[in-house]
Amino acid sequence: MKETFTKGMARNIYYGGSLFFLLLFFALTFDTISELPDRDNRQAINESVTLGKKVWEVNNCIGCHTLLGEGAYFAPELGNVVKRYGSKAAVKAFIMSRPKDGVPGRRSMPQFNLTEDELQGVADFLEYVGGVNTENWPPNIQG
Amino acid sequence: MKYQSQSVAKLYFIAAIGLFVGQILFGVIMGLQYVMGDFLFPYIPFNVARMVHTNLLIVWLLFGFMGASYYLVPEEAERELYAPWLAKLMFWIFLFAGAATILGYLLVPYAELAKLTMNDLLPTMGREFLEQPTITKIGIVIVVLAFLFNIGMTVLTGRKTVVTIVLLTGLTGLAVFFLFAFYNPVNIVLDKYFWWWVVHLWVEGVWELIMGAILAFVLIKITGVDREVIEKWLYIIIALTLISGIIGTGHHYFWIGAPGYWQWFGSIFSALEPIPFFVMTLFAFNVVNKRRREHPNKVATLWALGTAVMAFLGAGVWGFLHTLAPVNYYTHGTQITAAHGHMAFYGAYVMIVLTIISYSMPIMRGRVANGPKAQVLEMWSFWLMTVSMVFITLFLTGAGILQVYLQRYSDTPLGFMVVQDKIELFYWMREIAGLIFLIGLIVYIMSFFVKHDDEVTA
Repeated sequence: MKETFTKGMARNIYYGGSLFFLLLFFALTFDTISELPDRDNRQAINESVTLGKKVWEVNNCIGCHTLLGEGAYFAPELGNVVKRYGSKAAVKAFIMSRPKDGVPGRRSMPQFNLTEDELQGVADFLEYVGGVNTENWPPNIQG
Repeated sequence: MKYQSQSVAKLYFIAAIGLFVGQILFGVIMGLQYVMGDFLFPYIPFNVARMVHTNLLIVWLLFGFMGASYYLVPEEAERELYAPWLAKLMFWIFLFAGAATILGYLLVPYAELAKLTMNDLLPTMGREFLEQPTITKIGIVIVVLAFLFNIGMTVLTGRKTVVTIVLLTGLTGLAVFFLFAFYNPVNIVLDKYFWWWVVHLWVEGVWELIMGAILAFVLIKITGVDREVIEKWLYIIIALTLISGIIGTGHHYFWIGAPGYWQWFGSIFSALEPIPFFVMTLFAFNVVNKRRREHPNKVATLWALGTAVMAFLGAGVWGFLHTLAPVNYYTHGTQITAAHGHMAFYGAYVMIVLTIISYSMPIMRGRVANGPKAQVLEMWSFWLMTVSMVFITLFLTGAGILQVYLQRYSDTPLGFMVVQDKIELFYWMREIAGLIFLIGLIVYIMSFFVKHDDEVTA
């Protein structure tokens, strides 16, 4: 921190370095977006998936669960839930069966009283997310 | 206090501390729900408590940053605030919007709140940390823009210092990146990719500029060390922050559908992210050791050193622990993440706000520093909160290691809930540590009400 390294030099590294890496970040983002069509399972997006994502959001599912590992850590990962449960019907049955007043002493998912379309939408949405190329994450079916 | 208008900061700081109390109360509720799953169910389900906990944190830190700016910018710019009335008006709007949103979370089901606030017109709700109704988000934008205008005009028409320029850059970045909260495509990969432009580029980017600027200001004031020296440190810290942190965003892109090369970019650059925090620790200790005056506000110095150390531990060390892609493959989305999140937020952002409050609040109350009784009480709160946060982090780390092993790493992986039951002990210990944190916070508030103390007035 002697005079050989001046405040001006530090400032230039800050401006130059930040600008360079911001531009690199934009370039990588541009490349990512151009590669996504082969990875993000967008062909599976339809009206039901769109509804399902909305149902997912307005019931704040992310407040307990993770989805591709992001969210809260109170309840199981759902990115692979359709595979774990074996079918969309099983996922729907689970959501429908939640007791209104919970389970004594245990964590329990609330009863959201979803319509058939909404239930189907959520299941379709979760199946769509399950089709995203996640570089083989999670490590196993337990999520 | 050199300028009358600095005193608007007091309002912001009082609100910040009040919301902090709410945040911790809900944290304790959630901690209990981890071990007593039906606690308050179905009235306050976990997801609601979590929204309240995290959103209160964000809002009170924003109040803290705004208060810090209103306090330090006039002093640095050597002029009164451009529009004190606007600062007061925005305070009440922000407080009202924040309170209404939290009450909305608690009083109506979330889906109902979405309907009431017409989320369908511009759906932005239901994403982690960005759960606020769209109308609240628009309110935040308005408040932040008015705030930026006020601070910007004060900076630009007054004396410009490195501290204020860095602060203004950080605050502008905060406003700009928040706009990505309004982008919510159906495509989950795009949604997640740009969601991180708010979350990561805030907490591992521009917020660090804000933190650095506040820390630099407080250190200039309490140590009397030459501004030139401190400004050079500040430039080095924020240069390292952005050089590592921008591409470091890639450590969130490992498993969400982005191309595999992010595992290299994210691992390498985020492995560098502890460096700016380490330099910040060197900076704080170095400057305090070379101090040219003995400032009577000892506890503010304690907070300033504490925030540097704890930010390095929480953000730096605990971040590095799980940031390399091969490790993160197993730890992603487990209690390890929660452990890191708790200590990083406390160390970097909670403590920097408490640092500036500790330094400026006595001055705004008409004295250079609080008396010895109040300072000792505040030091007790420092240690109670900081040590209990270390233990919260350690217990969550213990829970996380077991969770990773049992659910992801062993040859016979167990289901999520089976594992949660097995690691319950760690959650109980975390809850006890959380209660001690709450006691620390109560002691902190008591330190503002110490009477018959020998305050330092000159």
